This record gives sequence, structure tokens and C-alpha cells, in this order.
Amino acid sequence: MANIISDETIEYIGILAKLELSGQEKEQARSDMGRMLDYIDRLGELDTSDVEPVSHVFPVHNVFREDVVINGDMREQMLSNAPKQKDGMFVAPRTFA
Amino acid sequence: MSKQYETVIGLEVHVELATKTKIFCGCSTAFGAAPNTQTCPVCTGMPGSLPVLNRQVLEYAIAVGLATNCDITRYAKFDRKNYFYPDNPQNYQISQLYLPICRNGGVEIETKEGGRKTVGIHEIHMEEDAGKLLHDAWEDCSLVDYNRSGVPLIEIVSEPDMRSAEEVIAYLEKLRLLIQYLGASDCKLQEGSMRADVNLSVREAGAEQFGTRTEMKNLNSFKAISRAIAGETERQIDLIESGEKVVQETRRWDDVKGESYVMRSKEDAQDYRYFPDPDLVPVVVSDEMLQKIRAAQPEFRNEKMRRYREEFGLPDYDIEIITESRHMADLFEAATAICGQPKKVSNWLMGETLRLMKEKETDAQDLCFSPEHLAKLIRLTDEKVITGAVAKEVFEVMFTENIDPEQYAEEKGLKTVNDEGALQKTVAEVIAANPQSVEDYRNGKEKAIGFLVGQTMKAMKGKADPAAVNRILKEACRK
Repeated sequence: MANIISDETIEYIGILAKLELSGQEKEQARSDMGRMLDYIDRLGELDTSDVEPVSHVFPVHNVFREDVVINGDMREQMLSNAPKQKDGMFVAPRTFA
Repeated sequence: MSKQYETVIGLEVHVELATKTKIFCGCSTAFGAAPNTQTCPVCTGMPGSLPVLNRQVLEYAIAVGLATNCDITRYAKFDRKNYFYPDNPQNYQISQLYLPICRNGGVEIETKEGGRKTVGIHEIHMEEDAGKLLHDAWEDCSLVDYNRSGVPLIEIVSEPDMRSAEEVIAYLEKLRLLIQYLGASDCKLQEGSMRADVNLSVREAGAEQFGTRTEMKNLNSFKAISRAIAGETERQIDLIESGEKVVQETRRWDDVKGESYVMRSKEDAQDYRYFPDPDLVPVVVSDEMLQKIRAAQPEFRNEKMRRYREEFGLPDYDIEIITESRHMADLFEAATAICGQPKKVSNWLMGETLRLMKEKETDAQDLCFSPEHLAKLIRLTDEKVITGAVAKEVFEVMFTENIDPEQYAEEKGLKTVNDEGALQKTVAEVIAANPQSVEDYRNGKEKAIGFLVGQTMKAMKGKADPAAVNRILKEACRK
């Protein structure tokens, strides 16, 4: 495995993803991500000197909607996905006001 | 303070666009709806939902870019800005980092010294707004309303070209006017449809390098912005003077206390891990699209002011006030087109309209009376169907309810009494009741007639033509 991911990187990615990983999970993540990077590195073997960079894989652009209201009140359906609701709102952990 | 310092300011201005629907879904953006009644799988971040760009958002963003002399990016795209916060249901905000729609612009402002300078615009990008969080004190939790989630915004990022609070306000006023004239937003700071974050640093006068900057948020009036700039300038100079360092951080301004406090410092600055949004396809701005938007640009304030001077010969002061809002300028032009009397229309706007706007705290863009009714009111006064005093009374009702002045005057019996008999009768009564004043007038005290006119007008409830009253009174006194 060419890509070795440092302890700091694993720690940092865990913080960004808001994941609390056990020692074993960290090792698993380190090996999974290393293999992903190795796989991606294979792209480097290709000669891309004549290839235009793209930001989207499909040859499609300018897909628009017109500015017309088409959605009605779907509150019940939307809230049905909430673990907890109150007064027609989603309940979330306390944040700074 | 021994040294001279210079304040360096750049702004990030968020403007809520006046579209009917959200940026990526067909939910309404109407203000004031019950919580979460304007939400759908897209704007609540349900897995598998697909965002589709609102064409109007793109057109407004390009229009603002053209009005601020930007280069329009012909191949633009959207990126995801990742962060966790309950107001952001997808755990990322769709924004533009790599290829924003507008770049390299600038607007000209007037400086305090009467000069002109250009404030550069680094870029303008399109993005979505977040939901609204309410704190629930009972259960010590937050409640989330996603009605605002997905409401379209443009963020206008200036260069660090401003040097004082006055310049910042001149720049914001300039942006506000351009955007309001375009109809792209109502730009109300107090209501949050225009929000400004201030990036500020200080340096010794003449220094080439910028100092360390802080970013200040929560500024919702021009007054708060001025106070925050003064406060932050002083805080940074104090730090430097006492040998300490300014720390790069985000601060929140508390306008009640008149001070700011740290929201987050650079150490826990977020790593947003931007990457292109794979759900949204690139935007290619064609020549044709650009041409169409350019052709639809309105006449902006400076051109309008010039034209008003030439076409209507109004005083500069009037012109300045009327053109301060596109809505008022439109009202002026439409009413003038009907009645052909620019100065009279202007007088109504400068006088009663401004007075009532101040009294009722109404914004110029929310004036509800129609130009047709204003023109009609002017005609009714000209034709002496109603007196000047009655016209003001009618206008006050027009101002709040946009009533038809003619119909209203008819219904309320406010039309001027031109019945010579009725006038004669009232005059006779007033003369009989005020012998002393009549005597004074006969003895050469011209002022006494004013009192008698007033009494007669009062008896006629203001509905008599003052000139006619004057004439009849004088005739009667001479008898």
C-alpha cells in the first residue's frame, strides 16, 4: 500500500465527520482510505495531457426550472421524517441563539 | 495615540433575491408563512432529491453583475460547502467557489471629501440561504423552520478598498439602489434581505502590508455598521498600541451593548471541503442570454437624474429624493405622464408623501397609492373640485388605502361648495357673530379679514374655495 495515512489525518477526518471512532475503527478507516487513494492514484498512470478538465461527467448544461411555485404545504410529510417535532418545527440539539 | 492609523475594510454582502420560488425547488419564498409549510424534499435535504436551478436566480445574478461592471463567467458551476449545523439540513450549502457567476467588477462611490473612488468587487456568487433556528427555553433545545432554507442569495464580495464607515455606507447605498432598480431584491437591512459582514484591519498610515483582519457579523442597520466599525477600529488600535496582536477571528456585534465578542477564532475555523456539486450541471452563459439581460437593464439612478433635470426642470433636491427609490421614481413618471405637471407631482411626493412616510415609518418601495389616483387628486385640486386642505385630507387616506380620490370626496361630501347662495348665507352668519372683526376691517385693519375667512372656512368644514370666501366676505363687509 503506497498511501499511508497519518494518525493526525485520521483524527482530523473523524472530527470533520463528527464521528467518534474506536482504535479498531480507526485502523479499519486507515486501511480503507489508503486503498481508495491507491485506486485513485491509478489515474495518474494515464496520459491526460490532451484532455480538457471537466467539472461534470455528463455532457449536459443549462438545466433550469422556471420561477413558478409548484409545491404546496408538505409540512406533515416533511416532519414525519423528524426524530422529534414541536409546534410544526424540527427539534434539534440546542445551538447558540 | 502617537501614531496615525488607517482602517482597511472589505465587505461581504448577502442579498436575498426577489424570486417567487427557492433557488433549487418549486417552494414559495413568501414571507411570514407558518413554520415548515414551504418545504419539500429538496430544501430539507432528503437523500435522493434533485436540485434544479431557478432560471430567474441566474438572470438576477447576471443583471447585478452587469450593473456592477463585472465580467460574467461564461462557464459557471456550483460547489458544496460542507459543515454541520441544524439550520443546514443537507450538511452542506450549495454555493459557488471555483467558478462564481461574476468577477472583477466595481462601483463608484462619492467620498466625504466630495471626490470619487471605485470600490472593487472581487466576485458575486449564487447560493442558498439556511433555515431559521429558534431557541426553545422550556426544553432547552432548538427548533428549526426550513421555510428560508433554499431561498436564493447572491453574495457580493468587495475588495478591501474602503477606508471609513462613510465609504462603507456609500458603497452599501450604491449597491442597494442598483439592486432595487433592477427589481432583484428589496434590500432591507432591518428585515435581513440585505446583510453585510465587515472585514476590518488597521495598519499604520503609509504601511503597505495589511494588518490582521477580523470579520464582524450581525449588522442590521447603517447605524450598527458605523458603530461596529468605530468600535472594532478602536479595539484593534488599542491591541497594537499595548503591544498585543490582533487575532484573526469572527466576531458578533451586539448593538445594544455597543461591543463585539468572539464567535469563533481561526484555530477552530472550519474546513469546508468544497467540491463540485454532482447534482447540478454547469451553467453556460450564451451571448444571446447575456444580450437579452443587458437589453432589459433599467435606466439607473444617474441617468434618471440627468433626464429629470433636462426633461422636467425639477430642482436637484427633488430629483435626489424621488430617484432614491425606483418605486417613487416610477410613481412620479407615471403620474406626470397622466397629468403633465411634474412640479405638482413632485410637490406631493416631497411634501405630504415624505411627511406620512416618516410618520407611519413606511419605506418608499412600499408606497401603495397609484399614480392614476395621484394625478386625479391633482386635477381635482386644479379644477377646484376640492380645496387644498381637503386634498391633503384625501391624500392621507389614499396613502394608506389607495382609494379613488374622486369617489371618496363624493361619498364623504368633501367637494367644494360652489353654491353662491350657501356661501352668502354662511358669510352673513359669520359677520353677524363677529361684529368686532368686521368693525376692525372697516377701520382699515386688513388682518381682520383673515380671521373672518378662517371662521367661514371652519363653518363650511373646509369645503369652500378660499378665494371665493375672501371675495364674498370683502363685499359683505363693505355693505
